[in-house]
Amino acid sequence: MELATVWFVLIAVLWTGYLLLEGFDFGVGMLLPVLGRKDRERRVLINSIGPVWDGNEVWLLTAGGATFAAFPEWYASMFSGFYLALFLILLALIVRVVAFEWRGKIDDDRWRSWADRALIVGSWVPAVLWGVAFGNLVRGVHLDADHQYVGTFWDLLNPFALLGGATTALIFLTHGAVFLALKTDGDVRRRAGDLAQRLAVVTLVVAGTFAVWAQVAYSVPWTWAATAVAALALVALVVTTRARREGRAFVASAVAIVAAVVLIFGSMYPDVMPAIDPANSLTVQNASSTDYTLTIMTWVAVVLTPVVLLYQGWTYWVFRKRLTVEQIPAPTGLTFDRV
Amino acid sequence: MDALDLARWQFGITTVYHFIFVPLTIGLAPLVAIMQTAWHRTGDERWLRLTKFFGKLLLINFAIGVATGIVQEFQFGMNWSEYSRFVGDVFGAPLAMEALAAFFVESTFLGLWIFGWDKLPKRIHLATIWAVAIATNLSAYFILAANSWMQHPVGAIFNEETGRAEMVDIGAVLSNVTLLAAFPHTIAAAFLTAGTFVAGIGAWWMVRSARRGDEATAQVYRRAVVLGTVTMLVSGVGVAASGDWQAKLMFDQQPMKMAAAEALCEGETGAAFSILTIGDLSNDCTGVRHVLTVPGLTSYLATGDFSAYLPGVEELQERSEVLYGEGVDYVPNLAVTYWSFRLMIGLGLGSAALAAAVLWLLRLRQVVDRTWFARLGLLAIPTPFLASSFGWIFTEMGRQPWVVVPNPNPSGVDGVWMLTATGVSTSVSAGTVLASMIGFTLLYALLAVVWFRLMVRYAAEGVAETEPDPSPEARRAAARDHDDDSSTPLSFAY
Repeated sequence: MELATVWFVLIAVLWTGYLLLEGFDFGVGMLLPVLGRKDRERRVLINSIGPVWDGNEVWLLTAGGATFAAFPEWYASMFSGFYLALFLILLALIVRVVAFEWRGKIDDDRWRSWADRALIVGSWVPAVLWGVAFGNLVRGVHLDADHQYVGTFWDLLNPFALLGGATTALIFLTHGAVFLALKTDGDVRRRAGDLAQRLAVVTLVVAGTFAVWAQVAYSVPWTWAATAVAALALVALVVTTRARREGRAFVASAVAIVAAVVLIFGSMYPDVMPAIDPANSLTVQNASSTDYTLTIMTWVAVVLTPVVLLYQGWTYWVFRKRLTVEQIPAPTGLTFDRV
Repeated sequence: MDALDLARWQFGITTVYHFIFVPLTIGLAPLVAIMQTAWHRTGDERWLRLTKFFGKLLLINFAIGVATGIVQEFQFGMNWSEYSRFVGDVFGAPLAMEALAAFFVESTFLGLWIFGWDKLPKRIHLATIWAVAIATNLSAYFILAANSWMQHPVGAIFNEETGRAEMVDIGAVLSNVTLLAAFPHTIAAAFLTAGTFVAGIGAWWMVRSARRGDEATAQVYRRAVVLGTVTMLVSGVGVAASGDWQAKLMFDQQPMKMAAAEALCEGETGAAFSILTIGDLSNDCTGVRHVLTVPGLTSYLATGDFSAYLPGVEELQERSEVLYGEGVDYVPNLAVTYWSFRLMIGLGLGSAALAAAVLWLLRLRQVVDRTWFARLGLLAIPTPFLASSFGWIFTEMGRQPWVVVPNPNPSGVDGVWMLTATGVSTSVSAGTVLASMIGFTLLYALLAVVWFRLMVRYAAEGVAETEPDPSPEARRAAARDHDDDSSTPLSFAY
């Protein structure tokens, strides 16, 4: 396989890591008002991802940096073309990061409810918009002969891409609910299990529709395999959540996400950013860096990625226990005279 | 304003803002690691109290540094897509390496440090904060590799066929002499910032405790004052030494920036360093009048020789027109470069000198209960932050109108240069850039207020009392319980 294709696959791997891991973080944040009825319960939710969410988010930064290094034209056209969408995602990610870290720093109900709003909005916005962005990448966008994006922001909000946004939002919601059922105990676990069971059915319908639409309208025959795996995983998700097999349900939602990434990237290949007019598409070939740069980056990725997986895996092992409200101590934040 | 001006303002605002928090994180993470190590080694509870106190301040600061850092990586593609197309083959590699080698480590191990108190063995828990400290410094290396390449491109060629810069030697990019000078300078400045922060807050609390007659607590903070001031002194020397080297490199690599730093309009032998200049410092070189000068000092900074000849901006403009074409103003904004250069040096050296004075005063033991000393501590804290900001404003504004400055070395890279004006995204309208600039600025302003209030409030809380360290048997029993009984409360959680 030539290096540019290797890097296309590696970037798909980085996105898989991001969507798989940050996916349940988003889900937990999105479900904060639903599953966390009292403050202690909300703190169970937040602490269930507390030690790991920041490390999960780095998968996005790595995917971004790797795209810049391996496919500068793709990075340039996509980031300038999807400008407003990325701007909204950035705002959301910013408030989300500080809300995680600062929520518990002030012992005040109004402060906490502001932080909760930031977490909820900061999780919903990227969860939807990543799906819209990927939907457009699958469908193709208006690029001119210089690979400049010449469409508008509203062109990105077409029905197919919006369905993509609904798909990612639902998958992350279910993934998050399943994660919480696996990582917590007591009332939160029970409610998360109930919710996951209902969400799984809706996700099967919406995500299934999106996958089949993408497959039929925009993809190539071999990705039928990915579409089939995604569909089977979504069916398995319905079955396992109904049976409250939390571990298996988590595997099922994870497999669905991996299959979705394979479908998305598989349908794009050999383009990295398909244009409505195929002559203007950015391809693995015309968007990539030199073989020299790709070779260097391959060595870096091959050496470092397993190490990252090792210590991130260890973190999950250290914090493998289920969390309960009993483990949440009284608020440690300071009080402010006026906040 | 057009899209170019707005994109430049946006980059300036988001980058200077990001770099308020970054130097504190880079310097404070190792200082907290040192405090925790001191506790680990000596068993002295005072170090544990300091570790937790400054650790909380580190976490408040770390969050906003991470949050504003995401924008940095994205805005090259959003606002500077033509720049990204031109340099991506070279410039993207250090960014990707930074994420893979540094960001993953710092974010993952910070999570382990926060949530690992009482959960991880003490020694491993100590290792996690060291991993964070090392990774934050490593990330500075990679991002400075990228920036140094913009200041002085090496290890690359211009490919006429693809119309872009292409990397031919990663070793040269990662050992760029500009980087080898910029890295110690930036790191030393970060330690100066964190040292001042620790010493300043420590001084305020030391005096306050002593005046309350709480000698035991004053002794806790005395350790912070000593650790902070020693850090300031050592890093102050480092900042000055590396800065001196940088000035000489700058004279070789970017003579225009050197001339602009002194607002030197016409070439001079034995150019003086002016403390103050009156006149409007406009770029047409009329009305500049240097007063209060130190003879020969600028020549010395640039070359190591007090009587060396320094070309002025007018001569360098002509030289650039020959080399790179006419019709471009190759002179950076003189007022900004001139003043930011002075403010950087003055504020940086001021902090270091202050540290020397404080260490001397501490030996005399006469200041431990003086309120003026407490106030001085607090007043000193912003100084190195400002010095860092002015340093970056100087080095980035001083490279204008270039975004990638041509490498003047005739045997070096050829044709790898780019004007800032040609790097901006062509497909993004001014209105779009303006909207995002307003959005980021408003959000950043709001977050700055919250950050400041949190930092002040947590600093004003002081060190907490700690429970005595349990005996080894008790620890083992607690660990056993922990495994059996999942209802043990988390000791350190959100």
